[in-house]
Formats: sequence, C-alpha cells, structure tokens
Amino acid sequence: MRTKQRQVGLPAWIFVPATLGAALVLLPLVGLVSRVEWGSFLELVTSESAMTALSLSLRTSVVATVLCVLLGVPMALVLARTSFRGQGLVRSLVLLPLVLPPVVGGIALLYTFGRRGLLGDELDALGIRIAFSTTAVVLAQTFVSLPFLVVSLEGSLRSAGARYEEVAASLGARPTTVFRRVTLPLVLPGLVSGAVLSFARALGEFGATITFAGSLEGSTRTLPLFIYNLRVVDPDAAVAMSLVLVAVAVLVIALARPGRSTW
Amino acid sequence: MSLELSARVIERDVDVALEVADRETVAVLGPNGAGKSTLLAVAAGLLRPDTGRVVLDGVELTGPDVWVAPHARRIALLAQDPLLFPHLSVLDNVAFGPRSRGVRRRAAHEQARSWLEEVGVADLAVRRPGQLSGGQAQRVAVARALAADPRLLLLDEPMAALDVAVRPALRQSLRRVLADRTVVLVTHDVLDALLLADRVVVVDGGRVVESGPTTEVLTRPRSPFTARIAGLNMVRGVWRDGALDGADGTVVTGLTPDPLPADGDRVVAVFRPSAVSVFRDPPGGSPRNTITTTVTELEPFADQVRVRAGALAADVTTPAAAELDLVPGLRVVFSIKATEVAIYPT
Repeated sequence: MRTKQRQVGLPAWIFVPATLGAALVLLPLVGLVSRVEWGSFLELVTSESAMTALSLSLRTSVVATVLCVLLGVPMALVLARTSFRGQGLVRSLVLLPLVLPPVVGGIALLYTFGRRGLLGDELDALGIRIAFSTTAVVLAQTFVSLPFLVVSLEGSLRSAGARYEEVAASLGARPTTVFRRVTLPLVLPGLVSGAVLSFARALGEFGATITFAGSLEGSTRTLPLFIYNLRVVDPDAAVAMSLVLVAVAVLVIALARPGRSTW
Repeated sequence: MSLELSARVIERDVDVALEVADRETVAVLGPNGAGKSTLLAVAAGLLRPDTGRVVLDGVELTGPDVWVAPHARRIALLAQDPLLFPHLSVLDNVAFGPRSRGVRRRAAHEQARSWLEEVGVADLAVRRPGQLSGGQAQRVAVARALAADPRLLLLDEPMAALDVAVRPALRQSLRRVLADRTVVLVTHDVLDALLLADRVVVVDGGRVVESGPTTEVLTRPRSPFTARIAGLNMVRGVWRDGALDGADGTVVTGLTPDPLPADGDRVVAVFRPSAVSVFRDPPGGSPRNTITTTVTELEPFADQVRVRAGALAADVTTPAAAELDLVPGLRVVFSIKATEVAIYPT
C-alpha cells in the first residue's frame, strides 16, 4: 500500500460545484476549438487584414506595457515605500480601472482627451488629436492595464521589505543607486510578471478602445475589435483569430505564474 | 568625543544618551525591547527621534534642524541577519560600498578581496549568498560593512542568529577587526561585551541604567539585569544600621565601601552563586547572612547543581543536593558569609 498524505476531509458535495465551475471555464474553450476549420486555419490567420490587426495589437500592447512600467514602477514605489495622508484613498482610486467597466473608461478618456473633452482645447491648440487615433488605442490600453502592474509590483516590494535598502544606504549608496542596484533586482520577478499581465490585459482590451479610439482598419482596429467585426461576416476567420488569442493567453499564464522565479 | 547621541522617542518610550570615544567599542546591553535597536536606528538615520541629536566627529547628523540622509552618514550597520544582496556575488556584495562611493570596479574588487581575506573567507568570493552557511554569510557581511570605510560601525546582535558552534571563531575575528574602530555593539551576550567592548552601557525600559568599563560593570552590577547576565546574585535594599535592609525584611551584611553609605541610601548586595550554602534549617549561632526562600528550579551547571530560588541562585555539589533532597517548592535557607558579599550604593 502506498502512503499518501491525507488532508482533513472535504465534504463530498463540494466536488460537484467545483467541477461545474471548472467546466464553465473550460467547456467554452473546447467549443471554440471544435469550431476551428483546421483546413483553412493557416490561411485565415495569415490573411492581410488579420495580420494588420495582429501587428497593430502587438505594437500598441508593447508600447502600452512600456508605459505601464515607466509609470507603474514609480507609482508602486510611492505606495509601498512612503506613507502620506490619504494614501489608502489614492491606492483605491489607482486600482479603479481594474473594476470599472472598460466602456466607462473609454467614455471617461473621450471626455478628457477628446476634441470636446477636458483638455480638448489645449490639445487642439497644440495641434494634437488623440481620439480615434493609434495614440488613443495605446492610452486606453495603458489606462486599463496600469493597475495590474502597480498591484503586482507593490506586493513584491512589500514582501521584499526595506531591510536590504537600509543596509545599502548604510553602505553609502544614494537613493538612486539603491533603487538601481538593490530594489529593482530584488523585485524583478514581480516586475516581469506584472508587465506580462499588463501586456495580456492590453492585448485583450476592447471596450475602452472601441469607445475612445473607434475601429479603423490599420490605425485603431486591434485584434479583439477585428474579431468582433468578423464574427458575423466570416465566423471561421473570427474563430481562427480567437484561437490565436487563446494561445497567447495560455503563454502569458505560463510566463507570469506567481511563485516561479523567486530568489 | 567621536559619537554623541541623545534621543527621545515618545512612541517607544525611549530616552537615552550615549557617548563613544574615538576608536572605542561600546557594548549596549539590555533585555529585549529595552530600546537598543531604537538607539541604533537613530544613529543610522533610519529613525528621526522626537528630540535628540547625533553628532559624529564634530559633525551634526541629526538635530532639531539638521537631517543627514543615511547614505551620507558614513555609519555602517551590521544586523543579526547578514542581509547579503541575493542577486550579487560575494565579491560584488563586499564591493558594494566602495562602488557606491564612486570607486572604479577593478579597484573596488581589489578592496573587496582584501577585506574578504581579512575576515578569512577569501575563497568564497565567486559564490552567491544562497550558497553560504550562516557563519560564512555573517563574515562576508562584516567584510562588506568594513569595506564601506565607515566612521562608525553599528553591530546589532551580530552573532545572535548564528549556530553556537561558530560564534567563538567569529567573535575572535571581530575582536581583531574592531580594534581601533569606533563601534557600537548591541548584544545580550555577556561574552561579546567582555571580549569586544571597552565599555558597556546597560539599557532597560528605554533608559540607560548603568555604564562604565566592562569588567567594572560586570563585577559590580547596579541593576538586576546586569547582575543576571553577569551570573551574580543581587539583593536590593536600603542602608540601615550597618547593613542592607531588604524590602521583605532580609538583612544582609557584607564588605562595605569606604566611606560608608548614609542611613536610607539605596544599596545592593552582590554575591556569587558559588558563595551560597544551602540548608534545610537555619544554621544556628553563625555570623552568616541567611535568606529563607523557596526552590523554584534545579538545573545542572558545570559539575554542580544550580539551585534557583526566584532571582537568587546557589551552586551546590550533586551529593549535597541529593542529601538535602532538593525539589522545587521546598523551603530552604540560603546562607552567605559576610566576607563573600559586596555591598555598595546604586
């Protein structure tokens, strides 16, 4: 007989809803895969308009991820390493896009950066038009993805603690040196997984993008918008492109799985 | 005077002052939560006291209108945990201080190597911190702190987290490298104080309760904490009619200082556990001090038995302990010759 670790027993009925839940998540994927026309799959995903949408999606998501890192790392540091009045409130507000319906985010962006928005006149005077441009796509993606990076990095910073930084300072390292040579390397795994999550969120962005940037082929029609457009006129192509996004998502989970590369 | 520190931290109920002369090692002793770490944090610039000053080599670092950032203080901190940067090699860890001061990589590595040599771990240079034992890691941490060329070195219980077996060797290394340096050493190990420090300061309840040259403080303790870590018995009371009058009616006579304390002065009587004889009944007609007490604990001590009775202890031979049939809860009489007791004011 083999020895096997036994946990305190779960009630048997628990497995019923647990299995149902798992089925709810996994069955649609099976459904999707079952509808794929494998014969024409390669042709469909490499069509010119598909490649245009895919390339636009990848480019904008990469730029949005870079923006998330550039803005999110300082935000996470301020939240994790300082204390000020109203910090809790600031943290909650920063996380707002995480729970906000994306379409609401799109409307909010439109009435901030759009022609008739809050900053419309100023931007117009500078000759800058943001709404319904590729810039708007990037802005919408950054808006929704930023909290992912901030949350994940703030957690890493908190669990790493400030003790290494204190030692570094006592050895004569200036704050910038401490940040570059101690803080950043210590939280690198958290930063990478945060960035990957942000990238995934940007890649899947739909609601805010269609509201704030529209759906113009080549400049604002990203892959999710493309699939949405296609689903009626060419369901086979929509399914094929969906599978591509599923593959990317699986890859992202593999890369960003927490607790993988810790010191 | 090299370091002058005074700090009042209301939140932690700490109010201490400390002075360390140039090239002097001062041990700060005290029970957990006494305020020792607060004192170090204030010196290192990690904590701003409510009121207080830190002056190092005549330069004010912390003051009412002065605040020098931790990195600009030239005060290195060595904690209980080595806290080596896990992503850097041993050599790069030690070179961190010189590199931060702007020394070029090659020269910094050169310095790092010689410091590793100094603490006896030159062969570990290429390793990662994760591949070191606790004792090795702490040696590297010592090298790293020294390589930063600090004007003041703060050691926060540097051996507390180490295996007992590796402590003596590290203590010897520290003794060598700390000589001729200005050091504040926080510890609750009396051996650290004896071997490493010129002077001790005892902190208890957030206040300095006594200070002085190490051997003097440890042989003539004035606080219960110091007596305990020095392994001495202490009875506190007031001076009355040529003897110590304890709170519970105990009267202790002993060797007294010249001049004699005045009646009503607070005094302590200090004696070694080995000077105590244990009886079941008061020994009649002898000029000894007797303290009637209850045995609380028996433990082996060297080749004898240490009999604890509350805060007091007596060492008796194993046959004597057997003959007396000592058990916790037994009422016994501790008897001490007056010539074995030192009485002095606190």
